[in-house]
Amino acid sequence: MSKYLLRFGVLGYLALVLLVPVGFVFYRAFHNGFAHAWHAVTTPEALHALWLTLLIAAIAVPVNTIVGVILALALVRGHFAGRGLLNAAVDLPLAISPVIVGLGLVLLYGRGGWLGALADDGLKILFALPGMVLATMFVSMPFVVREVVPVLREIGIEQEQAAETLGAAPFQVFRRITFPAIRGAVAYGVVLTTARAIGEFGAVSAVSGNIEGKTQTLPLYVKAQFDGFDTSGAYAASVVLALIAIAVVVSLRFLQPKER
Amino acid sequence: MATNAVVVERPAGAGWSRAGGGLARGIATAYLSLVVLLPLAALVWSARSGGFAEFWHQATGPEAMAALKLTLGAAAVVTLVNAVLGTVTAWVLVRDDFRGKSVVNALIDLPFALPTIVAGLTLLALYGPGSPFGVDVAFTRFGILLALLFVTLPFVTRAVQPVLLELDEEMEEAAASLGARPFGVFRRIVFPNLLPAVLSGVALAFARAVGEFGAVVLISGNIPFKTEVSSVYIFGQLQSGNGSGAAAVSVLLLAISLGVLLAIGGFRRWRTRYDRA
Repeated sequence: MSKYLLRFGVLGYLALVLLVPVGFVFYRAFHNGFAHAWHAVTTPEALHALWLTLLIAAIAVPVNTIVGVILALALVRGHFAGRGLLNAAVDLPLAISPVIVGLGLVLLYGRGGWLGALADDGLKILFALPGMVLATMFVSMPFVVREVVPVLREIGIEQEQAAETLGAAPFQVFRRITFPAIRGAVAYGVVLTTARAIGEFGAVSAVSGNIEGKTQTLPLYVKAQFDGFDTSGAYAASVVLALIAIAVVVSLRFLQPKER
Repeated sequence: MATNAVVVERPAGAGWSRAGGGLARGIATAYLSLVVLLPLAALVWSARSGGFAEFWHQATGPEAMAALKLTLGAAAVVTLVNAVLGTVTAWVLVRDDFRGKSVVNALIDLPFALPTIVAGLTLLALYGPGSPFGVDVAFTRFGILLALLFVTLPFVTRAVQPVLLELDEEMEEAAASLGARPFGVFRRIVFPNLLPAVLSGVALAFARAVGEFGAVVLISGNIPFKTEVSSVYIFGQLQSGNGSGAAAVSVLLLAISLGVLLAIGGFRRWRTRYDRA
């Protein structure tokens, strides 16, 4: 009997905290009809917000993927002073509030900041795309590294050494031996990075200035519409974000390395 | 322990780490410094720019302190709830069997993937004014807890699941055959094996709960001294042009939460000190 108690207790909790809220987004978005919701997400402001969100992800995700793999290789295969420090720095974004990330960027690139003079030279970081990309790169940085590191540890270096003895150049070793082994982990990390990059709110809203049609990403658009009492616009945009989230969850299942 | 594959670190890697290792290390360090460390350094620099007395004055003002206490208290409650319910959820997903289990298992990741502002919006609609269930927790501390429970739901479950999968059921059967009751088996056999994983999940959940902004900002109402958490307070200070005050509160909050994370990590290492013989 206690088995059923546990099962239904857990399912009930998940339903109340997780399933019902997510389902409700869809209900609220479509209860005035599909056409109404479609109209709300195809306003110029909403489309621009979606485009900007995808653009930021299209910059931040590849950078974090490439640097993430390099970081993982350096952390696992390298032996150098300060490796422990580097390892700790990788996890930092998971322990820091997104708002604090945004604040740090504002203080660094804002008026009187160490790099504040860049704005006078015509390179606008804050309230513009570069700042939003930097904020997104910060918060989505750890995922690829954290997925790849354990796999690199597990595969060891025998095959790489064998390839090397047979005369393979370093990059050839990476392309033919190391990369095929970590491909699954990289893909998993990329999906997580993308999810975080698309959904980021706190850090981006601190640096973006939230100018409608200019520096407003889709999550910021949701908040702005809600504050402006356009709830149908807020829910319609939320559905787009929720669909992306569901696509992420489904692809995570397919990429899962070992299923029982 | 069969829980962690013990990997012997070998000296010096394969070819690329000799040829490209220096370059990789350089890129990695430069990127981390530019993107992660430099903004944090600017934060600390700004917090201490007016001297320590000014830093302390800003960081411990009455409104900042109220927000800090609320944030840490809510994070502690949410972390404890997660430690229990996250472990139970992992248990049901690994040891129980029912139709649709794989769907439920997949759903656990949803809070990772769903943008936090969407979570906040829907929680407010469901459990706020005009709630279809007749439950209104908007602008209360309970609403904050609910939002934090949503965003931290996956951490403990996802940390415990793989360990529970690998746990040998024979140990439990042996204990049961020697007369241990189910709860005794759990307490003496299962729990000690799961504890390190629970602690890893707990640390992540705590860090997330302390810093959460998007999910909380709508449902909490942000009433100073009542339902204003630190991240919202910091955001408000930044918006009103008090960057150094915001930085002071941030530095204090970061110091406390890093201290808690180090303590959890230390306890975990102490518990597993005999594992790698």
